[in-house]
Amino acid sequence: MNWVWNNLDLIGELTLEHIRLSIPPILLGFLISIPLGFLAYRFKLTRGLLLTVAGLLYTIPSLALFVILPPIIGVSYLSEVNITIALTIYAVAIMARSVADALGSVDPAVRQSATAVGFSSWRRFWQVEFPLAGPVILAGLRVASVSTVSLVTVGIFIGIESLGYLFTNGLQRRIFAEVLTGVVMTVIVALLIDAILVLIGRLLMPWTNPGTRRSANRTATQLPLAQGGGAR
Amino acid sequence: MFAARNKGRLALGAVAVGASLALAGCASGDPLAPDSEGGSGESNETIVVGSQAYYSNEIIAEIYAQALENAGFDVEREFQIGQRDAYLPALENGEVDLFPEYTGNLLQFYDAETTATTSDEVYAELADALPENLTVLDQSPATDQDSYNVTADFAEENDVESIADLAGIEGLTLGGNAELAERPYGPSGLESVYGVTVDFQATGDTTVEALTEGTIEIANVYSADPRIQTQDLVTLDDPEGLFLASNVVPLVNAEIADDIADVINEVSAALTPEGLVALNVQSTEDELSSEDIATQWLEENGFSE
Amino acid sequence: MNLFTEAIDWIFSAERFQGYNPLGLRLGEHLWFTFLSLLLAAAIAIPLGYLIGHTGKGRNLAVGISGAARALPSFGLIVLLVLIVGVTRAPAAAVISFVLLAIPSILAGAYSGLEAIDRRVIDSARAMGMTEWQILWKVEIPLGLPLLIGGLRSGALQIVATATLAAYIGLGGLGIYIFEGLPLRDYPQMLGSAILIAALALLLDALFAILQQFVVPRGVTAGRVRDDRATSTRRRAVAGTPAE
Repeated sequence: MNWVWNNLDLIGELTLEHIRLSIPPILLGFLISIPLGFLAYRFKLTRGLLLTVAGLLYTIPSLALFVILPPIIGVSYLSEVNITIALTIYAVAIMARSVADALGSVDPAVRQSATAVGFSSWRRFWQVEFPLAGPVILAGLRVASVSTVSLVTVGIFIGIESLGYLFTNGLQRRIFAEVLTGVVMTVIVALLIDAILVLIGRLLMPWTNPGTRRSANRTATQLPLAQGGGAR
Repeated sequence: MFAARNKGRLALGAVAVGASLALAGCASGDPLAPDSEGGSGESNETIVVGSQAYYSNEIIAEIYAQALENAGFDVEREFQIGQRDAYLPALENGEVDLFPEYTGNLLQFYDAETTATTSDEVYAELADALPENLTVLDQSPATDQDSYNVTADFAEENDVESIADLAGIEGLTLGGNAELAERPYGPSGLESVYGVTVDFQATGDTTVEALTEGTIEIANVYSADPRIQTQDLVTLDDPEGLFLASNVVPLVNAEIADDIADVINEVSAALTPEGLVALNVQSTEDELSSEDIATQWLEENGFSE
Repeated sequence: MNLFTEAIDWIFSAERFQGYNPLGLRLGEHLWFTFLSLLLAAAIAIPLGYLIGHTGKGRNLAVGISGAARALPSFGLIVLLVLIVGVTRAPAAAVISFVLLAIPSILAGAYSGLEAIDRRVIDSARAMGMTEWQILWKVEIPLGLPLLIGGLRSGALQIVATATLAAYIGLGGLGIYIFEGLPLRDYPQMLGSAILIAALALLLDALFAILQQFVVPRGVTAGRVRDDRATSTRRRAVAGTPAE
């Protein structure tokens, strides 16, 4: 454990760097998924197309995508923009589907009632459907964020530094504690961001708090599990 | 990573702009502009020291950094930048000022066809091959270069001291990083220079273990790797100069070369081949941070105070 | 776009089948690692998942562990295991980590497949006098198959992706071309092999998609139409997931 005490600064720096790299793809993925998910939910034709494309993109292994992307988007192989875009693609691939499913799971009776009391479709979306779909969307966001945090480590192979540095450096030096620290810190970062998302969810959607929570929670946890997120 | 870091800020900026676009419906693109220029400005006081994502290289960079600090310079560290593709452009455009390099490998990057092999030849050619705004200070006697190694048992059984002695031995497998298969000093070079025929296996970071376990007979190991001693390996002589000599050399921005030459040349002169191995041992065996290792080395060699 | 034509040339060059990295060998390694690990993971996760799904016990624990497992960085896990079991036993280390990575998806597929079944169906089976084993074999497993195959599908993709990284510790596989190409700055090779890896993943995904359609019992497809009329939103959500 010598290594840990001798390298607290390094661990701190890499952790911050890791968080900094993880956040843009999660945010961008969320922002992009909402309109895409809406299109998929609203129009049958786009649904098939969008979800198929998302499924296919999600299938591509990350290291392969890091290599395929640069010539397409015209950035350097070693540029950070490259992995930001790649990870955003994965996040969208996960989340667009949950947004579509979430909107689909809103009880049609509620939707009809909103229309009946005079909501315009724009207002109905933002004030009725979107909030009601919130818990399932949040579940998708959580899967995407955990997967993003884990995928950031793969960037080390193309020179993007993160906690993944501890894996390659630790293997070079054969220091077990260094690699273990890398794994543990990555999990902690993932859980930390996850906890923040849950907290934001509670603040924005107070009606999902314990008590009224049970049924929504169950579908919420079930969907992403069956979907199979995780690291590529 | 500095290049990466700037772009990261750009990406974060993009998020911010995207978010404000979405929320407020207004956007001004300019906050990004000063940021992307920030790194390349020529500040005459702060020296930016970089290092590779290789623990041994990082220690040398840290020694440079502390030696400069002791001499009164302001230093900024940009360590663990992956590969030459990433950091050489950053040196060329002035984002990084000083970087520990290895003469042979660096020359090969700029001139893949080079035929220089001895340390002096390589150093001389390197000066010509570098882009205009980069230069190298004195090279250190310390080397860290590719070398072919066998186990002590193998050397004794087959009476092998030099690569040339391998000729005629059947069923040899060479192990090393994946790219060795394509390097001029890889299997093809062994064949054409020494008439040694080998199979190749990409053993990557596990090369030394593969050798001691007998999966491979010849291993490409960096000459400053402590395991050459601890695992009792025999480094084969290279009389025909298959490998380029690769001495530790400070690669610097030409504009500041004169300012720091005195300090850094002294460090380079004090860094011996054995000394470099000892530094690596402190990192792998004692698990010290490069910072502590560097401070200790500078004290022991009379640089501090 | 020129790079893409070079990459395609790289794939179809006659040299791909010669030298130290013949394509056949590397593809074989990749597939071998994938199927071996998937088989082992399935052997562990399916019985466990059925146990959880059938008894309804241990579900929260399984969800918790699976969730935490998703946060594990796969490459870090391989390196960690390599250092634990020894560098010379790297293949074993890699297989163990692939298995660990694939278990959560398969486990989730197995138990959520059973859970998604309408309770009334199981109650009817019990009322007809079926034993617990008969219920499992004749009702729950066939009805849960589509979701189980879905779990195997994501597990397999996870392994294919991680096996790409295994080349870093000297295990071959298709990733070796990327790790060889990076220091050599051989971009056509890197791009060509990345395209191959992506194609392999897509092909595998397609095979599982076909399998998934194939295993839906005929009675279920007939039943689903009728079910759609009912307002059970939960049932619809579940029926929708397998076709990812």
